[in-house]
Amino acid sequence: MDLLEYQGKQLFAKHGLTVSDGKAVTTVDDAVAAANEIGYPVVVKAQVLIGGRGKAGGVKLAADEAEAREHANNILGLDIKGHVTRTVWIEHASDIASEYYASVLLDRSAKKPLVMFSTEGGIDIEEVAEKTPEKLIKLHVDPLTGLSKEAAVKIATDGGVDEDVIEGVGDALVALYKVWIEEDASLAEINPLIITPEREVKALDAKVSLDNNAAFRHPEHEGLGDAANADPIETKAAEQGLVYVKLDGDIGVLGNGAGLVMSTLDVVAQHGGEPANFLDAGGGSDAAKVKQAVELILSNNNVKAVLFNIFGGITRCNEVANGLIAAFEDLKPSVPFVVRLDGTNDVQGREILEAAALPNVYAAKTMDGAAEQVVALAKES
Amino acid sequence: MSILVDNDTRLAVAGITGREGSFHTLNNRAYGTNVVGGVNPKKAGEDVEGIPVFADWKETVAQTQANTAMIFVPPPFAAQSALEAAEAGVALVVIITEGIPAHDELKLYNQVKRDFPNTRIVGPNCPGILSPGKANVGIIPASFFKEGNVGVVSRSGTLTYQIGNELAQKGFGNSTIVGIGGDPVPGSSFIDIIELFERDDQTDLIVMSGEIGGSAEEEAAEFISANVSKPVVAYIAGFTAPEGKQMGHAGAIVSGSAGTAKAKAEALEAAGIRVGRTPTQTAEIAMELIGAPA
Repeated sequence: MDLLEYQGKQLFAKHGLTVSDGKAVTTVDDAVAAANEIGYPVVVKAQVLIGGRGKAGGVKLAADEAEAREHANNILGLDIKGHVTRTVWIEHASDIASEYYASVLLDRSAKKPLVMFSTEGGIDIEEVAEKTPEKLIKLHVDPLTGLSKEAAVKIATDGGVDEDVIEGVGDALVALYKVWIEEDASLAEINPLIITPEREVKALDAKVSLDNNAAFRHPEHEGLGDAANADPIETKAAEQGLVYVKLDGDIGVLGNGAGLVMSTLDVVAQHGGEPANFLDAGGGSDAAKVKQAVELILSNNNVKAVLFNIFGGITRCNEVANGLIAAFEDLKPSVPFVVRLDGTNDVQGREILEAAALPNVYAAKTMDGAAEQVVALAKES
Repeated sequence: MSILVDNDTRLAVAGITGREGSFHTLNNRAYGTNVVGGVNPKKAGEDVEGIPVFADWKETVAQTQANTAMIFVPPPFAAQSALEAAEAGVALVVIITEGIPAHDELKLYNQVKRDFPNTRIVGPNCPGILSPGKANVGIIPASFFKEGNVGVVSRSGTLTYQIGNELAQKGFGNSTIVGIGGDPVPGSSFIDIIELFERDDQTDLIVMSGEIGGSAEEEAAEFISANVSKPVVAYIAGFTAPEGKQMGHAGAIVSGSAGTAKAKAEALEAAGIRVGRTPTQTAEIAMELIGAPA
């Protein structure tokens, strides 16, 4: 789960990083009140989960109440690359002497946490990594012992930060690592980490992603993220314990097993179709589960045809077929379905489907054949 | 031969008393796997259809000489159970559980590597390991597969069955099928398993099935071109996956420009490894590489 800037900053503050005082608000009046309380100049920042907020006009400096009102008015509701701004973060504007970059992430290749630091802050770090790799300091951390203050200070020193803030930057790195570990983050990034003219080390932005698999031990994380901009079908699927990812096409796809569903999307695309979604039904074969899945797929109005790709292992195809029939009789979908049943009891499953003679439901044996058929059906309708 | 599991496997199962755990354990035993025990601190002294249940891994290993552990316990406790199995001296720990926090996997991997270097972990979030005709450890539906000369290693369960079934329809059998799992920190990587297949005299061809996320396929490509003499055919899933979205598996995510299916297929092809564009095509390439099975 990706966090909004202000949510990330709250986690930063909890673990000892310095952030500016601020307030998250959702109305213009509240924005003005917050700005008056914090004291000018303030920054009005759009809270959306997409980069390039500044360029899109989503980050503005306000010197007085009139400007705060004007900016809040413009930014609330602003659509930034499809993300509608529903919350703005108002914080006291910071003076900047230097801008650094710091992050902690999981290096899947090394199977270790990776701390990255650069004195080239405030810009795209991938660009720094590409053009001036010597300015990006990287350190793998042993997750069993953690990041020591000595190691953090060495990163700051190697990075070439000013002598007088080496300690402060070291402390900030240790705190950032603590955020990463204790909040079960997959990414904790500060860009920029600034040095103020008063030589304070401060996180001016926050990018934090949390591991969904660790949610059970973080009840306090409930409600974080940008629920308002989440796809409603994805949200509903998650509530039902299903993984649904909305895509741009018109062919609904359901399968059992994440790898098989990804592969199904690819095969549909290879036959000239465009998938409308990823949906992993897991091992479920009963009518209630199939019905849930069909409802999710059809709640996307772009869907013109649906492909079910089932490879029965433990799941038996005859049971899946019966589940489908019960669900279809109940839902009476208006778009065609191609149902590919292969694996355990597949012949039986296809016979059951054919005997039921549901209108607009076609049984298929192979994945390629099913993909070809569903693409043709989507083009006809 | 085959790799990892065979007639010498002595399997014990944590989570044996749960619904899934008992179902699959008994399935594994019915297949012929030597299941010697189970672990559940609350049900020590009981048995599951004749399989004795012990209080902890240490006791289980002492009483049964188990050399293989299968972990079915829920996500909050799975990594700890795997660690205790390693601590008890189990050589192979197969973690089926899906949904383990990435940090738990990370600590488990590093601790086992440091303190119990003779233990190998496979998984988490994997379907297990099947050596047809010898032993089945996990949830792979064994009836589709017969003994043969193709080794399969995959990040996905049902996709493994799909590709394995396509191979079976062409008459191929398998030395061993290894699911390494779809999580960000797998205990065994493609390289670890491919290295074993390279040394296995039963394996003539290696099929690897990867997917988006991370760089394990790219690393495998490099390893294969430098170290593997046997033919390898690859399949990659997720060409149509959008950036920044987890596609079911915790590890299946394209981050920025990293971890795309295209980059993986290109890296493999640049290393001289053929990549099937569909599961069917992957099986066809296998046939071209080693000919129709006798």
